[in-house]
Amino acid sequence: MGTWQLVRAGFRQQSQYRLAMVAGLATNCVFGFIRASVLLAALDASTGAFAGYTRESLAAYVWISQALLGAVLLMVPTTAVGERIKTGDIAVDFLRPVSLLAGHLWMALGRGLFTLLPRGVPAVVVGTLTVGWFLPGGVAPYLLGAVSVVLAVAGSYLGAHCVALAGFWLVETRGLNALYGIVATFLAGLFVPVDLFPGWLRGLAALTPFPTFLQYPVDVLSGRVVGLDAWSHLATQAGWLLGMLLLAQLLATLGRRHLEVQGG
Amino acid sequence: MSVVEVDRLVRDFTVREPVPGRRLRRRARQVRAVDGLTFTVGPGEAVGYIGANGAGKSTTIKMLAGILVPTSGTVRTCGTDPVRARRRLARRIGVVFGQRSQLWWDLPLAESYDILAAIHRLEPARARRRRAELVEELELGGFLATPVRQLSLGQRMRAEVAAALLHEPELVVLDEPTIGLDVLSKQRLREFLVHERGSRGTTLLLTTHDMGDVERLCERVLVVDHGRLAYDGSLSGLAATVAAERVLVVDLAEPVAPLQVPGTRHLGSEGDGVRQHLAFDPTRTTAAAVLAQVQRAAEVRDLSVAEPDIEDVVRRLWSRSR
Ligand SMILES: Nc1ncnc2c1ncn2[C@@H]1O[C@H](COP(=O)(O)OP(=O)(O)O)[C@@H](O)[C@H]1O
Ligand SMILES: [Mg+2]
Repeated sequence: MGTWQLVRAGFRQQSQYRLAMVAGLATNCVFGFIRASVLLAALDASTGAFAGYTRESLAAYVWISQALLGAVLLMVPTTAVGERIKTGDIAVDFLRPVSLLAGHLWMALGRGLFTLLPRGVPAVVVGTLTVGWFLPGGVAPYLLGAVSVVLAVAGSYLGAHCVALAGFWLVETRGLNALYGIVATFLAGLFVPVDLFPGWLRGLAALTPFPTFLQYPVDVLSGRVVGLDAWSHLATQAGWLLGMLLLAQLLATLGRRHLEVQGG
Repeated sequence: MSVVEVDRLVRDFTVREPVPGRRLRRRARQVRAVDGLTFTVGPGEAVGYIGANGAGKSTTIKMLAGILVPTSGTVRTCGTDPVRARRRLARRIGVVFGQRSQLWWDLPLAESYDILAAIHRLEPARARRRRAELVEELELGGFLATPVRQLSLGQRMRAEVAAALLHEPELVVLDEPTIGLDVLSKQRLREFLVHERGSRGTTLLLTTHDMGDVERLCERVLVVDHGRLAYDGSLSGLAATVAAERVLVVDLAEPVAPLQVPGTRHLGSEGDGVRQHLAFDPTRTTAAAVLAQVQRAAEVRDLSVAEPDIEDVVRRLWSRSR
C-alpha cells in the first residue's frame, strides 16, 4: 500500500534532523522541570480536590505531555503546506493524483511518529529520575494510548493544515498562526491540565478539538482515564479528526477555485 | 482525438497595488494573463510554446493541468475537464516547472522516486523497471543517494524530468526546463527527450526561451503574445514569416553620423554615434561583408553580433500582423 510508504518516508525525513532534535531535547527537559515544579507546588498549597490529581499523576501528566510535544503540533504550527501556498510551490502539489491533504498528512504522521523517539524517550527517563516511576501498569493504557497518540499527532497536524490553508485567501498568515499556536497550546492543556480549568473555560475547551491533541492522549497513556472512559476519549478524538478532515478537504476545494499561484 | 483542446481560453488575475499617498489603501486591478486562446494539440505532436516573459505561457499550462481554474473559455486535456478530473488527469500527464521542484529537497534523490511511486500507486515491478530506465538514460546513477538540496542545477533538472516521467504519462509538459542550464546539460536533456518521444510517441508541449530547444525538439510552434496566439505553424514557416535578422553592433574610434550600409538597417546609435547597431538578413549577406563595408567608413574598435531571441521574433511577428 502506498500510504504506509509515505508514512515511512516522513519518518526518514525527520530522522535527517538529528542535531535539531538534540537541541530541542534540552529545552524540552528544562521546560518539563519548570512545569513540574510549578504544578507540584500548586498541588501542595492547594486545599481543594485538585481535580483528583496526586503527586504521581501530576508528574505523569507533565512528563508524558512533554514527551508528546513536537510530535503533536501545537505551539509553532508551521507546515510545509503553508509555506508552499506562499511561494506558489502548491502548484506542484496539485500535479499529484491525490488530494492536497493526503499528499501531506501521511508524511506528516511519519515525521510526528519519528519525533516521539528522540523527544519521548528522554522525557520519560528524565521524569522518572526526578519524580520516580509514573507510568501505569498493565497493557491496556499502552495499547489504547498508542491509538490515542496517533490520533493526536494526526489531529494536531490537521488543525495546523487547516490554518495553513487560510493562506489561499490571506496574503499574510503569521498572525493567524501565532494566535492559533497560543490558543491551541493553552486549551490543549499544556500549561494547566484541562481538568483544572474553571468550569466555563473547560466548557469552552470542549467546544474545540484542542484537548484531544494533548490532554486526551496523556489521560489515556497515563492510565488516569481507563475502561469505557478511555474508549470515549478515543471516540471523541476520532470525531474531531473526521470533522477536521472534512474541513481540510472543503478548504482545499474552495481554495483551488480561488487560487492564484504566486510567481511563474 | 486531440490531447489538448483549448477554446477561447481566458484567465484574469487580481493584482492589488498600493494607492500612492494612501498608506493602507490598496487598489484591485484585473490583469488578463491569457486572452482568448484557441488551439489543439494532437497525439504524438511536439509543440514549442513560445513567447516573451509574462506572455501567459505558464498560466496556460497551469490551466491545462487543472491547477488554475479558467476565467472563461474551455480546456480539455486528454479528453477530460482538468479542473474536475484533476486527480485522474495527474496520472496521465507529466509536468515540469523549471523554476519549481517536485522533489523532496531534504531526502536523498532515490526517496523522491519511492514517494512518487507510492503517490501514483505504481505497480512495484513496473515502477522499478521504469526508474532504472530513467536513471540510465538521464544519467542519474551517480547521485541517487545525494540529498536533492545538494544537486547541481543540471543534475536537479534531469532528476525533475525523471520525476515527471516516472508514471509514463502520455502528455509531457515542460515549462522552461532548460532555464539556467549549461550547454552540455541542455544537450543531454534534449537528446533524452528526442529518444523518449521516438520510443513512446509521447505528446510534448514545451515552453522555452531557447530557440535551440525548439529547433531540436519541436515540429510545430505556437507563439503567444499578451495572452493571444500570434502564430501557429511550423518552425520553418515562422522563420520565413519573420526572417530572423541578426544585429551587428560596432564600437567606433570616434563619433560618426548614422552609417548607411547597403543591405542593412540602421537600428540606432549611442554616444553620438560611437556605437551603432545594424540589422541584416543572414540569408542575404554575412556579418563579415557588413563589417568590411563599415570599415570603409570608420575605424572599428570592437564588435559583437547578436542572435535573434524569442522576444525579438515575437516583436517582429507582431509588427508584421498590424
Ligand atoms: N498569481 C498572479 N497574480 C497576478 N498576476 C499574475 C499571476 N500569475 C501570473 N500573472 C501575470 O499574468 C501574466 C502572464 O504570466 P505567466 O503566465 O507566468 O507568463 P509567462 O509564463 O509567459 O512568462 C503576467 O503579466 C503575470 O504578471
Ligand atoms: Mg513562465
